[in-house]
Amino acid sequence: MVRTLLLGLSLVLLMAGCTADKDNAIHVGVIAELTGDIPAVGASCKNAAEMAVKTVNDAGGIDVGGRKYLIKLQIEDSAGRAEQAASAAQKLITHDKVIAIIGPNASSGAIPASEIAETAKVPLISPWSTNPKTTIDPRTGKQKSYVFRACYMDSFQGRVLAAFAQSELKVKTAAVLYDVASEVLKGQAEVFKTSFIEKGGTITGFETYTTGNKDFTVQMTKIKNGNPELIFLPTYYSDVPLQVQQARRFGITVPVLGSDAWGSHDLLGLCGKDCEGAFFSSHFSANSTTPGVKKFVDDYKALYGSVPDDVAALTYDSFGILFEAMKKAGRPGSEEIKNSIQKITDFKGVTGNITFHEGSGDPDKSVVILQIKDGEFQWFADIKP
Amino acid sequence: MAYISQQLLNMLQLGSIYAVIALGYTMVYGVLSLINFAHGDLFMIGAFLCFIATAKLHLPFVVVLAVAAIGTAVVGMAVERLAYRPLRAAPKVSAIITALGVGVFIENLTLAISPYPRHVPEMIPNVSWNFNGLTVSSIAVLVVLLSVLLMAALDFIVRKTRYGMAMRALSWDIKTLPLMGVSVNAIIALTFAIGAGFGGAAGTMYAMAFPVIDPYMGIMIGWKAFIAAVVGGIGNIRGAMLGGYILGAVETLAAVALPSTYRDFIAFTLLLILLIFRPNGILGQPKTLKV
Repeated sequence: MVRTLLLGLSLVLLMAGCTADKDNAIHVGVIAELTGDIPAVGASCKNAAEMAVKTVNDAGGIDVGGRKYLIKLQIEDSAGRAEQAASAAQKLITHDKVIAIIGPNASSGAIPASEIAETAKVPLISPWSTNPKTTIDPRTGKQKSYVFRACYMDSFQGRVLAAFAQSELKVKTAAVLYDVASEVLKGQAEVFKTSFIEKGGTITGFETYTTGNKDFTVQMTKIKNGNPELIFLPTYYSDVPLQVQQARRFGITVPVLGSDAWGSHDLLGLCGKDCEGAFFSSHFSANSTTPGVKKFVDDYKALYGSVPDDVAALTYDSFGILFEAMKKAGRPGSEEIKNSIQKITDFKGVTGNITFHEGSGDPDKSVVILQIKDGEFQWFADIKP
Repeated sequence: MAYISQQLLNMLQLGSIYAVIALGYTMVYGVLSLINFAHGDLFMIGAFLCFIATAKLHLPFVVVLAVAAIGTAVVGMAVERLAYRPLRAAPKVSAIITALGVGVFIENLTLAISPYPRHVPEMIPNVSWNFNGLTVSSIAVLVVLLSVLLMAALDFIVRKTRYGMAMRALSWDIKTLPLMGVSVNAIIALTFAIGAGFGGAAGTMYAMAFPVIDPYMGIMIGWKAFIAAVVGGIGNIRGAMLGGYILGAVETLAAVALPSTYRDFIAFTLLLILLIFRPNGILGQPKTLKV
């Protein structure tokens, strides 16, 4: 009985798939964290996705192999949970017959969803997932062929920040203080240290603390004793103010560099004038003067009444990558699109120029460096390693 | 040389704050044999009162300190009246579990009102003096001096005043004291008020030295101060002061001599070893059960 039902259902689905093609529509799936503990991430993703698709459809659709297709968006909720992300991917592939999936954003959902996409041979681009396991199969250690991401990874960020410190800020010595309880921050600190030393720099202090500590006087005294030209603080935005204040109180006046963990506007209120002049890395800067970014920010504001955040910008770029790949694919099929994404070079996205290399789902792109100036996050530079 | 003296100053600042908080644990334990696990959260209340008095009402430092200390003392008395007094005849375990519950309650109440970390503005002008590479900030000096002053005042109250005598008598024999015409409830309320008031004062000093506060700040500090009280000999006031400075010193030295990752690990290992040899703490007396 169940089997007959399933058979009937799949027949209906097959026919639905056929009619969709007759409508000249390409189905694209989105998996976003619409409910659960990070609903703000899901909302930004959904907004940017709808905006990206609307722009293309309003222009009459997308040209693939000499034929115009409209994009049909199918948005699924992952609720920020791994199993729901996996079943959403399953549903989009088997039921909605999507040719590509954008999302999930959180690594916890992106990893299981990416495995399903890989098995089903449907391209998946995660806008925001920074965990290596999203694009690499942890069992074999090989790159997944159908899985991509629009953001850079933590290791990449550590490398770029080290390069920025050495080439832009012209420092030869640096000290690091990081939260040892966070895997992400520990990774950033260690990669920064390795890259900094590789390029001839010296790390004068490599200090740690655990989440919840507020007294950094001992570490700062040790750091001061090493007399570095820069302090690197890959720490969360709520710890940054105390660290910078205590450093300044000890008379450490050298520049301070942070990572994307700083990227909350609450930092400005907590830090006051102490963080003035500090640099940190980010995925996206809403006040960049690049024409593409300005148009994106203005359009987003006009549609949703708020400034787009990292996730919105990365989602928008994920769609940009997908559309670019479709145009060059020649045929609207999953296999062709996958091959086409792998050949994307110098795609001008709102989060920087993106290039994919054959056999890797991790983009080569620039890191946005922001500076805290006049009590605001201001665009400072786009840096490539 | 400057490096060593700098670390000694850091040690003194941290130890002072631990000592003042540890006093709150030890006083309550001294009179009631109750471990007030909510004390760390009273400390957090003190820091938030300090935030309100500074950032919203713009009061001068002395008034801020008074507001935080008295406000926290009132909260401490209320906790005693509402949560601990009804359980005074109940087994000690029930009272301790109540104390844990009160701590979680206070944290979540603060979370419900204001979950975000807050920045506390400067209360005194932050001046740094430089002596051959040793940086001494006005804040560190004030924290250390204020702590010493508070501890001296407490020592005087407990040893030289009538109320202090009543507290000591209470810890000695809670059953006989009422026969001498002393109100047990009043003395216990006073003990809680002083203990919590010290927590509030410590919260202010902490917010001054480390000016980002959040509802969870009392947990770790509370545990550490509790351990300081145990190391010094819980129930013994001078022991709590000593324990605070010992913990501050051990933590700082561990971080100076070894990578800072091992800081808490080394500090607590040493303290555990110390407790194996002196289970009642350094100044504690073994309690014999009186029949």
